This record gives sequence, structure tokens and C-alpha cells, in this order.
Amino acid sequence: MHIEVRLFATLRKGRFKRETFEYESSTPAHILSQLNIPHEDVAILLVNGRDGSFDQPLNDGDTVSIFPPVGGG
Amino acid sequence: MKGYVGKILRVNLTDLTYNVEALDLELAQKFIGGRGLGTKLFRDEVSPEVDALSPENKLMVVTGPLTGTPTPTGGRYMVVTKSPLSGTIASSNSGGYWGAELKFAGYDVIILEGKAEKPTYINIEDDKVEFRDAGHVWGKVVSETSDILMKEIPEKARVMTIGPAGENLSMIAAIMNEKDRAAGRSGVGAVMGSKNLKAITVKGSSKPEVADEEALKAVFKDCLAKIKENGVTGQGLPTYGTAVLVNIINENGAFPTNNFQESYFDLAEEISGETMEEKFLIKRTACFRCPIACGRHVRIGDGEGGGPEYETIWAFGSDCGISDLDQIIKANHMCNEVGIDTISAGATLAAAMELYQRGYVKDEELEGLTLKWGDAESIVEWMRKLGRAEGFGKKLAMGSYRLADSYGVADLSMSVKKLEIPAYDPRGIQGQGLQYATSNRGGCHVRGYLISPEILALPEKLDRFELDGKALWAKIFQDLTASIDSLGLCLFTSFALGAKEYADLVNAVCGTSHDADSVLEAGERIWNIERQFNLEAGVSPAEDKLPKRLLEEPIPEGPSKGWVHKLSDLLPEYYELRGWTKEGLPTKERLEKLGL
Repeated sequence: MHIEVRLFATLRKGRFKRETFEYESSTPAHILSQLNIPHEDVAILLVNGRDGSFDQPLNDGDTVSIFPPVGGG
Repeated sequence: MKGYVGKILRVNLTDLTYNVEALDLELAQKFIGGRGLGTKLFRDEVSPEVDALSPENKLMVVTGPLTGTPTPTGGRYMVVTKSPLSGTIASSNSGGYWGAELKFAGYDVIILEGKAEKPTYINIEDDKVEFRDAGHVWGKVVSETSDILMKEIPEKARVMTIGPAGENLSMIAAIMNEKDRAAGRSGVGAVMGSKNLKAITVKGSSKPEVADEEALKAVFKDCLAKIKENGVTGQGLPTYGTAVLVNIINENGAFPTNNFQESYFDLAEEISGETMEEKFLIKRTACFRCPIACGRHVRIGDGEGGGPEYETIWAFGSDCGISDLDQIIKANHMCNEVGIDTISAGATLAAAMELYQRGYVKDEELEGLTLKWGDAESIVEWMRKLGRAEGFGKKLAMGSYRLADSYGVADLSMSVKKLEIPAYDPRGIQGQGLQYATSNRGGCHVRGYLISPEILALPEKLDRFELDGKALWAKIFQDLTASIDSLGLCLFTSFALGAKEYADLVNAVCGTSHDADSVLEAGERIWNIERQFNLEAGVSPAEDKLPKRLLEEPIPEGPSKGWVHKLSDLLPEYYELRGWTKEGLPTKERLEKLGL
């Protein structure tokens, strides 16, 4: 299956903005481990634009968006 | 009591006279300062029915007890008046250095009354207060005005001024200081313009006294550590500024596009904080005593200057269907030059584009410019015309509500109480929508920033579509914000600090005995007195609403697809938590409990 991974802000440094990966099966935790991103660096995790969890099984075509702590207003 | 100077400078512009009065410190303590104290003074002195642009309206410039003190971000001031745009109480906040300088000159508050016969500016140097002719800077933009006045006043004095938009009584005119800091919202610049007051320059030489220097050092250290350790205030805001929100709000499908007809913008990356950092950022800038430094100094065409905030990028960006960050930065700069609120200006332009899309506005009105979605080439010129009240720009200058209403379709204005709603679609962020509907100055995000828990997971993550509990979150955030706005601190500190830290700071500076509960109660008192003023001014609870589109038209695509805002499910609980009647009127019991 194909999963699109989007990284934002400081998480992009030394990595990428947007990539599609192919997996047999995956979870956000699996992706983070593959990208060497510690869980504590993740403030917001979205799967298809909705609040996601680290251990939720992903489905073909899902988009995972990962943010460090960010704010504004 | 320390922290306060204890002085009000009362200025009569009609007679060009002034006097210095003692500040009632008991009153100051009860309403803290800034927004709270200003509203109390204003309600005591001015009829709620006053015509906002008449000489009878007053313009109050109010610092907080922490303004100008060694506290993190303690440099802010509030402009309090009746808004010409919304008819509500206006309290418009600005950072930079001007507020602290006013305190150094020895004043907590300036109350401006009447109307000068001809363009005037006020120069303040400690006890010296002078009325000076402003004929030579009338009509000039903010940067040129500031540069000219700087040559006429002491070195390192600070300039607060209006631009042409304020002179032309644009309902969305701002008051600017240090060229690119703005008391932006609610049209406060028009009130200043209506008084023929172009600028107030100030230089001071004394620091406000602090009650307990040692305690303050300890509290400061604690707060600074919390601000530095917090991911948002220690890293996110310093690195990317507020514009870092572009991608996250868009990824949630709550990034209003084409005047809220959609809420996901395919080209968001091109106008994001990450792109601004990569292509335009020259350096970070900070306001008085700010350890966060979210300000952006950017490349503007061939020059450089203050960069746009998130809400500005949204307003001229996705809300107008525009993905050209270079032009958005230039439009932001033009807004600063003519002195207008970038949120209302961009949102009004978006409303004009929808009026054009639907055939209400015709090409004949546009004098060769365009109002097509995504057309970046015209936006800078539109802002110039808006500021100068030229042609169709004169219609834009009245804000989106009066613009859309003039074509018989007020529903196309995405505003609450005639103030334009900023950059977060409430259909996808339900608590924020309740906050917009109930905000005492209309469609404003910084009266209770529920984006923090609903999107940013601070202090904890709430489901953005859930309704349960949101009324209480809205009330608590609104009350805490009212206190922060009154202390003279920046709201951004609240990503890292809570009511207890604010109590510790004010206690160390003023020698008071606040705790977290009393800070929140002071905020609730301020919220209620603002509500009282609005009711007396004829702004009824029926105005606690959202634009029809947001209640009836589901978001068509993206991660928030299918959602409308469910205001009617949230409002009764909110009124109940406030201790108000079912009709939204403050009860005698609650007002008495709050000492009102």
C-alpha cells in the first residue's frame, strides 16, 4: 500500500516535505521510527487531516501529516 | 501601589489643553489596566450611544501594570474607544516599544477628548506635553511620517501614528507604532483621524517602580525558563513566526479559501511560514523585553521591512485564492503604510471578489483593476486605493459588511458584529466558532484562542468537532485572555504560562495578592463590563451569531468536508456558564458577585 507522509516546520530539516512510501502494513509509529523522529518531537499527528494516534493501522492511500510544536495567532 | 505610575494624562484636542490626574489605584487594581481599566474608564465617561467618529467619542490609550517593567513581553498598550466599525467597545492591542516608553514618561493612561481644529500631533517628553502642527505630515504614509517626526523629537523617542486610511476615516484603519506594529482591529485609526490627531510621540526617562525586586527576579527566571522550554514559544514561533500556521490549519481543512466558499487551499505550501523562512526572511525581530521574537523582517521587492503575520497571509492569500507570497508581503507592507488592519482589509477584498464572481460588482467600477480569484497583481494597488479612499477603494474602506450590504447581500460578509472573522474556519473548529460569535469586539480570534487546544494540542488536545465541554473552554480562555490583555503582556506568553504565573508576576510588580482564581475572576469582570457596554450601545445578544454560510453551507472538500458550525447547540450552555439569562443578558446576581 502507498502512504503519503508530510513533514512540517523543523521536522523537515535534513528530511523532506512530502514523500510517498510503499509498505506491506504500517502505523504512524512505524513511520516515525523509520524517519528517526522521536515521539516527543511530535506535537500534532494527523491522518487524512483528522487527529491520529501513533499505533493506528494505516490504509492504502492515507496521508500522514506530522508537526512539531507550533503556534501563532 | 507599584507597577502603576498613578497618572492619567487627559488631553482636550478642541482647546489644545491638558491636565494630569491621579489614577484611582483601587479602580486600577479591580480592572488591572489595559483593556479592563480602559473599558471601565470609558464606560464611566462616555455615553454608549456616542457617534464613534464624533468629537464626543474618546480615545483612550491604556498601559497595564506590567507595561514597561522587567517582565517577559511587558511592553504592550491597549487602545480603547467605541468602534466605528462594529459599534461595540473597541480595545485594540499593540506591541513594539511605544507602550513601555509612555510608562517611562510617567503615564499609565492618555485620554484624548474633542477634536483639533487642524491636523495636530502631540509630543510628550516626561512632564512636557506639546501640541504641534501636523500639516506637513498629513496625507503621508506611516514610514515617511515616522521618519519626518523622528527629526523633530528627541533621539530614541517613539512614534505612534495613523496613515492616510485613518485620516480618511476608513472603518478598518489602524493605529501604527514603530512603523509596522499595529493596534489593528475595530477601526481605532479612524477615531484618531476624526480628532485630527496624526501622531503621538513619546520619550520618557524613568522606570516604573517594582514592589519586590527579588521576587520579580525569581518569577522572571521561572517564566523565562517556561517560555524557552515550551516548543511553541521556545522554538516554533522564533523560527517561523506566526506564519507556521498556514500548513497546519490547511492540513486540518480549516483554512478559509475564496471568502469561506471552501476551506482547503491546494497551494498553501507556497504561502507557508516554511516558504517565507526559506525565501524572504532576513531576520527575526522582537518587541520590548520579548524572549520569543516572533516578528519577521523580510525582503519586500527590492527593499525590506516588517513581514506578514499568519492571519495577513491568509487574508490576502487563500481567502483571495492567491498563492504569490511576494505580492502578499507587498500588500502587507502597503497596509502598514496606509495604516489599515490587514485582516479586515484582506477579508474585505475577498468579499469584493465574491461580489464580482456573483455579478454584483461590475468591471465598470474597477477602473482597470481586477477582482478575480487568485489575481495577485492588483492587491497592492487595491490596498493603496483603500487607504487613499479612491474609487472602489472607498467602498473597500468601509469593511466587508457595509460593502456587501451596499449591494443588498450582507450575508457575503464573513464577519461577526461587522468585524471580519480571521483565518480559522469555525465549521472545522467548533469551539473557536463559539468564541467568534460571543467575542465582545466581533469576529476576533484573540479574545479566546481555542485554536490552542483544538488544533495545537495546548495545553491538551481537544477534538475540534466535539461540542461537549467547549462552552467552558471558551469562557475560561476568554476570561484569562481579558486579564493578560489588561496586564500589558503579550497573549503569546499563554502558550507557556498559566493563570498562576500571571498572578506571580503581577504580585511581584504590584505587591498584590492575586492567585490563579482571582486572575480569572478579574478577567470575568472585564468580560462582563464589556458586555454591559455593548448592550447599552445597542448591540443585542442577537448579534452573537455567525455568518449564514458558516451555519448552513457545509465545507465542500478536504478534511473538514461536510461540517457546518453548530452554534445553536453551544450558545445556551455558554450563557449558563456565564451566569447570564437564556437571552444572553448578564444577571444582577452575577454582576454583583463580580463587583459590578
